[in-house]
Amino acid sequence: MQLNQFLVLSAFLFGTGIYGVLARRNGVLVLMSVELMLNAVNINLIAFSAFNRNVGGQVFALFVIAIAAAEVGVGLAIVLLIYRNLRSPDLDEVDQLKG
Amino acid sequence: MLDAVWIVTALPAASFLVILFFGKRLPKKGAGIGIAAVGASFVLSCITAAQWIDHVNAAEGHSVGLGAFVGKGMLLSGSEHAVVKPVVHSITWWHNGGVSFGVGTYVDGLTVMMMFVVTIISLLVHIYSTGYMRGDHRYTWYFACLSLFTSSMLLLVVADNTLQMLVGWELVGLCSFMLIGFWWEDPANSRAAIKAFLTTRTGDIGLMIGVIILFFAVGSFGIEKTNVYASGPLGQHDILLAASVCLMIAIMGKSGQFPLHTWLPDAMAGPTPVSALIHAATMVVAGVFLGARLYPVFYDGFSIGNGGVNMMALIGGITILIGAVLAFVQQDIKKVLAYSTISQLGYMVMALGVGAWVAAVFHLFTHAFFKALLFLGAGSVSHGGTHHSFDMREMGGLRKSMPITFWTFLIGSLALAGIFPLAGFWSKDEILVNAGANGFDVFLVIGLVGAFLTAAYMTRCVYLTFFGEYRGTHHPHESERSITIPLIVLAGFSILAGLVNAAPLGLEKFAEYVQPTFAFPDLMHVEFDYPKAILSVALATLAIGIAAFYWFRREEFGALEGLTKRNKVAHAGYAFLENKYYLDHLYEDVIVDGIRGPIARASYWVNQHVIDGVVNGAGRGAKTVGQFAYGTVDQRVVDGAVNGLARETGAAGGELRKIQTGQVQRYALLLFAAVGLLSLALFLTNVL
Repeated sequence: MQLNQFLVLSAFLFGTGIYGVLARRNGVLVLMSVELMLNAVNINLIAFSAFNRNVGGQVFALFVIAIAAAEVGVGLAIVLLIYRNLRSPDLDEVDQLKG
Repeated sequence: MLDAVWIVTALPAASFLVILFFGKRLPKKGAGIGIAAVGASFVLSCITAAQWIDHVNAAEGHSVGLGAFVGKGMLLSGSEHAVVKPVVHSITWWHNGGVSFGVGTYVDGLTVMMMFVVTIISLLVHIYSTGYMRGDHRYTWYFACLSLFTSSMLLLVVADNTLQMLVGWELVGLCSFMLIGFWWEDPANSRAAIKAFLTTRTGDIGLMIGVIILFFAVGSFGIEKTNVYASGPLGQHDILLAASVCLMIAIMGKSGQFPLHTWLPDAMAGPTPVSALIHAATMVVAGVFLGARLYPVFYDGFSIGNGGVNMMALIGGITILIGAVLAFVQQDIKKVLAYSTISQLGYMVMALGVGAWVAAVFHLFTHAFFKALLFLGAGSVSHGGTHHSFDMREMGGLRKSMPITFWTFLIGSLALAGIFPLAGFWSKDEILVNAGANGFDVFLVIGLVGAFLTAAYMTRCVYLTFFGEYRGTHHPHESERSITIPLIVLAGFSILAGLVNAAPLGLEKFAEYVQPTFAFPDLMHVEFDYPKAILSVALATLAIGIAAFYWFRREEFGALEGLTKRNKVAHAGYAFLENKYYLDHLYEDVIVDGIRGPIARASYWVNQHVIDGVVNGAGRGAKTVGQFAYGTVDQRVVDGAVNGLARETGAAGGELRKIQTGQVQRYALLLFAAVGLLSLALFLTNVL
């Protein structure tokens, strides 16, 4: 296996994540896209770790997973509050800070 | 226990904090905690008193060799009594500039006696208040204040240094301010509170200066050292005189002595149990306590041992008479009692002034019981008889509907009038006997006149309240048990308290256990004097007779009725008394306005001529410069720059605000676009 294969997969996942974050209107899907981006990073970390025989990358990947779990908790709570206040998960309607 | 009396002070302080923070959630809304704490303090005070008596007895048992303290002109101890040093326990509070400030306890007979009086009166007032204050919307806060009041007074009483006394003294003043103005929604009440606070503050300045003088003379704030200094050969008369005068001003303010007594009658605005506490055990006796505690200072400063008129005795004597006379023209039962307190405090101060230390302290002791009884009785009358009115014109005939209140009030009045064998007789008589024996004949006469007046105004008060026809519009009924039980207990003390120091019966516990023997002037021990005792009782009885005769058979004295309206002299006298000798006018109109007027006029003149000239000149110069600056510099250069800048900023903002859409995804887009651009730049610069 070559390192490039992992990096291409990772770049594809990251691109999908960016697309989801920028284009999706549903807050839950935006959160899922963020998760995709984080996992893309994880793949990168582990690939490099295996390739360079350095455990540090895997440790970082574990940290990222843990932080992702916390981030989802906070994110879902925010989405829930948005839904409760606006009766819709549509993020385009959340523009109260418009200048 | 003699080393640990701080617990007695700490208990009510702790209860104050507990009630303050948790009171509303506690059962009985905090009253239970207050009563428990003060009750425990009372028990501990009794234990302390018992231990002090043991301590003295033990010292008397093997006393040889200790009694060798020889003071300046006064022999301390001697063959009769051993020198019993006070038990002092002190810790360092803080150090500053080589001086260490301590806080501690100083236990001797006087401390023990005061602790007993303060805790028992406070305990009874607490119990009474659960009935009297029921349903008040600040009930919990009230009990918190009572606890703090008790604790502050105990802090003052056990103080081992003058600085700690000052702290307790001010705390007592603060608490009385809070409680006098307890119903502050009525502006009259808050005015009375402010008046009490400011008047006593006037005296407090005297205390502060006195404490400072003594500190520099003695080199320490310690009471023990101060008394040793004052009674020893080192004491300089001039310094002690200055200190005594300053401390005397403090006593005048706190203990309602002429001419700073005017706050005391107004202090009746507070709840009645508070009046009882203020007048019997705490606030006002603080002054007398100060006089008794630092007695060697006064003794030397005012040369009390020499006989003759001195400031202390004179102030006390004047106060006896003016207080007693004013009590005659009051329609408010509490104000009668307030003026009576002023008069009785006059007795105590006069007794200190004539060298009758034991008599003064003894009178403080007995007065606490019967004056608390009278105030609580007056509260009971208003609680059950007239529904919160203290006007004696709405009372009358209450003896049938309120028998317990009537009998206890009567006992209190007779004790106050000094009728044998009630408490007031023994203490008042001791003052008179001492005044005569120490060569203060003028003050003996004043005391006798005061006794006559006291008996007469109390007769009037009792008659108007309890005899004749009921003049109110309510249905009087006896108060509940929480109110009558304290009355009965106090009535018991009013009858029996005098026997503690009844000279002819051979009981002289005060001279034995309360009077200090260490660093204390060698006061003359006066034998009981039957003629003077009989004379004072006869005068009091005569006064009661005359007053009762007048009031019961008033209709038959057509000539006397309306005398004040027909006779000009009588009317003028009555108006003079009604206006309380115009002292309030003197303070507020003459002194305050007098100071305010000239100062205001002088500052107006300075304002008009000096300051205005300078200001106008400067103004004209400034105006010329200003016009130039305005016309050219400001309008053209500065404004141009400022306005231009503002225009540009505004335009830029207008463009930039288009970016702020409020939509997070747009921001994210910008973010990623920026990241992409930066990555591209890095790629191009590094790889290519």
